[in-house]
Parts: sequence; C-alpha cells; structure tokens
Amino acid sequence: MIRAAAIFVGCALLAGCGVRQTQVAKADKEQILLIGNGTEPQDLDPQVVTGIPEDNILRALFEGLVSEDPHDLHPIPGTAESWDISPDGKVYTFRLREAKWTNGDAVTADDFVQSYKRILSPALASEYNYMLFPVKNAEAFSKGDIKDFGKVGFRALDDRTLQVTLENPTPYFLSLLNHYSWFAVPVRSIVKFGRLDERGTRWTRPGNMVSNGPFRLKTWKTNSIIVVEKNPYYWDKDRVRLNAIKFFPIDNSSSEERAFRSGQLHVTATVPLPKIDIYKKKPEIFRNDTYLGTYFYRINVTKPFLKQKELRQALSLAIDRESIVTNITRAGEKPATCFTPPGTAGYYAKPVLRTDIPAAKALLAKAGYPDGKGLPPIEILYNNDEGHRVIAEALQEMWHKNLGVDVQLNNQEWKVYLDSQLQLAYQICRAGWIGDYVDPNSFLDMWLTGGGNNETGWSNAEYDRLIAEAGRTTDPAARLGVFGKAESILLDEMPILPIYFYTSKYLLSPSVKGWFPTILNQHPYKFVYLQE
Amino acid sequence: MVRFILRRLLETIPVLFVIATLTFFGVRLAPGGPFSAEKNVTPEIRRNLEAHYGLNKPLYRQYFDYMGSLLHGDLGPSFKYSNRTVNELIAESFPVSLELGVYALLIALIIGIAAGVAASMRPNSASDYLASSFSMAGICLPTFVLGPLLILLFALRLHFFSAQGWFDPRDRILPAITLGAGYAAYVARLARGGMLDVLSRDFIRTARAKGASETRILFRHALKAGLLPVVSFLGPAAAGLLTGSFVVETIFQAPGLGRFFVTAALNRDYTMVLGTVLFYATLIILFNLVVDIVLVCLDPRLKFE
Repeated sequence: MIRAAAIFVGCALLAGCGVRQTQVAKADKEQILLIGNGTEPQDLDPQVVTGIPEDNILRALFEGLVSEDPHDLHPIPGTAESWDISPDGKVYTFRLREAKWTNGDAVTADDFVQSYKRILSPALASEYNYMLFPVKNAEAFSKGDIKDFGKVGFRALDDRTLQVTLENPTPYFLSLLNHYSWFAVPVRSIVKFGRLDERGTRWTRPGNMVSNGPFRLKTWKTNSIIVVEKNPYYWDKDRVRLNAIKFFPIDNSSSEERAFRSGQLHVTATVPLPKIDIYKKKPEIFRNDTYLGTYFYRINVTKPFLKQKELRQALSLAIDRESIVTNITRAGEKPATCFTPPGTAGYYAKPVLRTDIPAAKALLAKAGYPDGKGLPPIEILYNNDEGHRVIAEALQEMWHKNLGVDVQLNNQEWKVYLDSQLQLAYQICRAGWIGDYVDPNSFLDMWLTGGGNNETGWSNAEYDRLIAEAGRTTDPAARLGVFGKAESILLDEMPILPIYFYTSKYLLSPSVKGWFPTILNQHPYKFVYLQE
Repeated sequence: MVRFILRRLLETIPVLFVIATLTFFGVRLAPGGPFSAEKNVTPEIRRNLEAHYGLNKPLYRQYFDYMGSLLHGDLGPSFKYSNRTVNELIAESFPVSLELGVYALLIALIIGIAAGVAASMRPNSASDYLASSFSMAGICLPTFVLGPLLILLFALRLHFFSAQGWFDPRDRILPAITLGAGYAAYVARLARGGMLDVLSRDFIRTARAKGASETRILFRHALKAGLLPVVSFLGPAAAGLLTGSFVVETIFQAPGLGRFFVTAALNRDYTMVLGTVLFYATLIILFNLVVDIVLVCLDPRLKFE
C-alpha cells in the first residue's frame, strides 16, 4: 500500500517536472495578450461605465476621433484623419476617414452627433457626461434647460465632416477626445435593443455589440473572462499585431499575483503590498510608472477648530511625507510637494509642501494650542483597507510626536465612508484623486465653491475667479500661470493635505512589446505585440 | 407524506415573504447607496439614475413594485451590472457554485464518513486519534490558508493545475478539495460521535450476541442510525456548499454565486442583495425539507407529522 502510494506520488512529481507549457508561452505564439483586469466590468457601454477595468476593455473595442501615441498618449489621428482649429480656438472641424463599424456600416459624422446627443440626454444618466461640457450648450442640454439639440455645438457638415463648437477655447480639448465618453457608439444598432437613451439594454452583449476599434467583442462570461478578437473591418488593421486579448476580472490581488507567477497572465492590474519588496528586485517584470493621481487627506473646514488655517498648516508641516513613501507605500511613489502631479500637461505648481516641525509648532501656538494644549482630539476617517490604515497610523504618530496633538482613528466600510465624506460627517479623512484627462484643470476645478468633489466645505472667491479666468485664457503659458496662482491659494489655505503622487504598479511579462509607461496607464493595443 | 410536503411548502411562503421584507428594508438602512463613488455624480445625474431604477418613488411604492415583480419571478435589474438582470446573474453563476459544491460535498461525505466510521470502530486507539487529529486540523485550517497552500504546492511548484480560473475540468479539483476539507472534518466528527453512540446500544449487543459479523453489524445495523447526525448536518451544509463560498471562489476566481453575496452588499446593489438572499433562503428551506424526509425514512421513531 505504502509502496503504491510512493510510486503514485513519484509519477505525479515527474509529470509535474515535465515541460508543461504555460498559458503565457502558448499565447505568445498565438499573439494573444492575457490581461489581469481587476474587477468585473459593470457594462461595456462607453456612455454608462465609469471605471478603469471598463476603460481597459473599451480602448480595445472602440476608437474615438483621435487615437493616442503609445509613448506619451498625445493625440494622433484616429477615426478622424485630420482636423482644423479656428483661430479663436473654439471651432474644431474633423475630417473622418473611411472607417467602418464591425457590422460593415460606415462610421459617419452623424454617428458622432447622435452619440453625443445620447450621452447628454438626461434619461441615460451618464455619469461622465460632464466630459462634454466644454462644448457649447452641452451642459444646458444635459440638465434639460435646452430641449433642442440643434443648439448644442455639434454639427455633421456632411457624412465625413464633423464640426464641434466650444464654449471657451479649451487647450486640452483634443486629449479629452481620448476619453471613452467621447467615443462614438453604434446608434443604429443600439435602437434595435431599446430606446437610444435607455440604460442597460442588451446591445453590449456578445453577438449584439457593434464597435469601431481595433478589436471586437467575442466572449463575455461574468466574473470569468472577456475575449476580444482582431476586427477585420478596422481601418488600420494591418498595424494590429495581436490576434486577441483576454481580460480576466481577478479582483483579488493575491490570486492575480499567483496567476502571473504560474504563467497565466502577461500583465497584472496591481501588485499586493507585501510583495512589492520582492518584486522590486526583479525590475524586468516589476513596473511602477508615474501615474496621474494624488493621495491626500481632506480637512472638514466647517468644524469649529479646523476652521483655523494655522492649525491646518501646522498639521501639514508636521507630516514626514518622505518617510511615508519610503517606509509604507514603498512602490516608488513621490512625496507630494503640491496637489497637481508635477508635469501634468507641462504644468508645475510651486512645490511648497515640506516638513518643518518648529514652524508647525509655532503655527499651532499661534492658533491658540501651544504644544497641542486645549485642542480636542482630532479624528481621522479612512475606509477599511490595510494600506490606508497604516498611513493613518503614521499620521497619528507624527502629529502626536511632533505637535502633541491627540488623534483618534475611525475606519468605515467603503460606502459608509463615502457617505460620511459627502455629508461632511468627518474631521479629517483620506482621499485619492485620479485625473480624468491630462490637464491641471482636472485637479483644480474640483475645489470650486460647492463643487461636487470638494467635500471639505472650503470656499474661496479669489480661487473661484482664477479657475474661471484660466478657462477663458487662450495663451497656454498664461493659462498655466493662472492655475499656478490658484493652486498657491489652495496650498496656503490647506483644506487638503496632499501626501504622495501615485504610481501604477503592476507586473509585466518581458514578452510584451510596444508597451510603454504612460501617465494614465493606458497602452494603445494596436501597437502592442508579443515576442518570446 | 404528500400532505406533509405540501404543508411544509406552504409554510415556506410566509417565511420567504418575511425574509424579503426584512432584507428589502434592511439593505436600504445601510448608509451609502448604489451610486455613491469616489468621484461624486452631480445631483442631476443622481436624480436621473434614481428615476431610472425607480428609487425616486416613495419607499412603500418601491416595496410593492418589487414584491409585485417578485411574484412573477422577476428579481429586477442589477444596479451595479447595468446590462444584466439579477435573474441572469444568478442563472449564470449558480451552476458554477453548484458544480463546485457537489464535488466538495462528495469529498466531504466520502472522506468524512470513512474517517469517522474508522475512528469509531476502535475508540481511543491510535487510528482513532489519527483520524480525530486530521479532522481537527481540517476544522482549524481555514479555506483562506488551505487554498493558497494547495495552489503554492500543486500549481506554482508542481504545475499540475492552474493557479486560478474555471476553464477546464482540472480547474475544479483544487477548489473542491479546499471547500470540502473543512466539511469533511465536521462530517468525520459527527459520524464518529453518532457511531459511538449507536455501537453502545442494546440492539447492537443483541446482534453481537446472535453472532453477526462485525462487518454486518456495522453496515447492516449501526451505520443507518449512526449517520443520523450527519444527515441533519447535511441540510444546511449542502445549501451552504451548493450556493458557493465567497472565500474559495475568490481565491480560485471561480465565477460562482458565492462572490455575489458579499460584493452585492458592498456595492449596495439592492436588487442583487435581495435576489441572492431569497435564493439562498429558498435553497435552505428546500434542503431542510429534503433532510426531514430522509430522516423519517432512516429513523423509524420519526413520523411525518
């Protein structure tokens, strides 16, 4: 009996040692990219979804007016082969190429106009419709103030000419077009499955879905896999070298890391925190690219004692950001010296954030709390997550040690935390912000008085005026200068405590080529290929 | 027996009604809603979203609407996965959990009963201690430890299996063992206890006195009564196993129903929470009914009442 068992185990071990080809090796030969894609997408309607996993898939399925350069994502011709910009910077005229949908129909200028009508229609309730608000009357139409879509700045001059009229000259307009909210959707197919402006119809199912990008939808199994295959109707199909992409919605980072290690994935969505130190020693597969996002804390300035600017400034000066990125996050994050990540579309805010304990103590005394005396305990709110907890604990320790301030920690489940933040039912809480597009406006217009994502109760008339002024300024350098002034006000008033700038950390198989570090962590698939 | 089954099925209706009502209002008491996100939506969009899903109506109205469609078996659209309905999501994911659960249940029963019976044959002997220690270890070793350990050994070191996914038949093996191990341990302990109890009864002594062989005593006389505790445990256990395990399905990325139990609540996907809870409740009630019927068949002291 024991001998039989030993023989069985021996055979099994031998079989295991054999050259069982990994799925990655097999996929390399077949030019199939295997991507760990975080979570199950909520939908594949570009005008309904909001997340990054959805974005990763939609970029394979659709193409907007412009496409993006694989190295730095600058706009290059996409469905539009060329465009003109009027001298006042307000009218863009796009010439469309002879592009086709996956059902063989031509992509027309009217498809774009009808798509934009759809995303702006109140019934669809598209959460990203504000991406179109730079367009004349788009916001008014979306709110129902204007009923006639003819008044909105979209015009199909002929089948292949689209004219877009903006409210104000918007220097980052072309890079907005790379966002999926600006993609055209197959309006003639959508109406087969329901009203054009109806959410959640079956048009996005495999077999029903029509798209115009380098790939088309083949398979979609919930929580299991999404397969897209090369689109034979795509205008630039000769450039596309991948035959297919498989997206795996692996929502557990440890499972995903094991899948990568066992050769099931070319790319992961993330790296589990405890594994970062190990992978840092393997630079050939570990990537930590600069990312357009800032990790920060909000301060609720409506709370009586947090109203004092000096107290908020003291708290900021007492944070050792360098120590947080080197000892806690450890994946090459940069300590925040301002709020907008430096270099966003050529914009650099004054790097004013620093650690200065004596200055912090002096400010605290000035606020009326010498050595923290008389200050009630401050509560930090964060959502349940190991990574957020350790940073909150570090702040607790720093403020206690450096300022004598008593800090309590409070963690809440994600949706409860979001609710508390929205209701201003917190004192100080952690937050993160990822830019929607590469422009300082995406980081600065959120702090306008009453802005939907302000959530600090902070308001400053001069700041509001400067952001509005930046929106009207045509000269690019002058515009960045105005943003600089606004951000200086923000960082002096301190309704927020920026901590660090994000990196996107993930594992990438060495066989993936044509994949470059980009600030939005987007990698145009038509330039990607596999080489063993 | 038919009357018994019919009566029990009729009793199910008010139970499910109460569960649906409590869940409907309970999930709405939780702070945050299906549309809260890191990036806040504008008040106009929120209003439009709420209008689309009927959340702008008074709560009692929503409740009656929901109960109305529930009567037709319609569990509504998922709030999170906007192009799928709750019925579709359950129909797609339940077969995965069912398959995984059946394998796990088989593993639990075969290993558990064998170990439990073996242990009871020679109580307090070395083989008893061995079987009992194994089952203790099975109970103590949680799935989130056992699963990654199995993956480490069999997928990453030996390359017998994939580390995750639910694509080819081999992908079923590790999750089934992980899920079944803990239940096998429970079954073993219950079987051992039940058998020990039965083996000390008078009728077994009578059988022995009549000269029946140990094998005959075990299989003909003792097993049927000795496994009664296992059978009662099987009802809730089977419902639990067959509707999926969040942990095991997450570790192995099996696209089963178990993951929705947790994610639906975290997403405040109201209809999905209700759908999964009602589905689970129905299964538990049905399995308990089946267990009661089996118990009556096994135990002559019980009657359909």
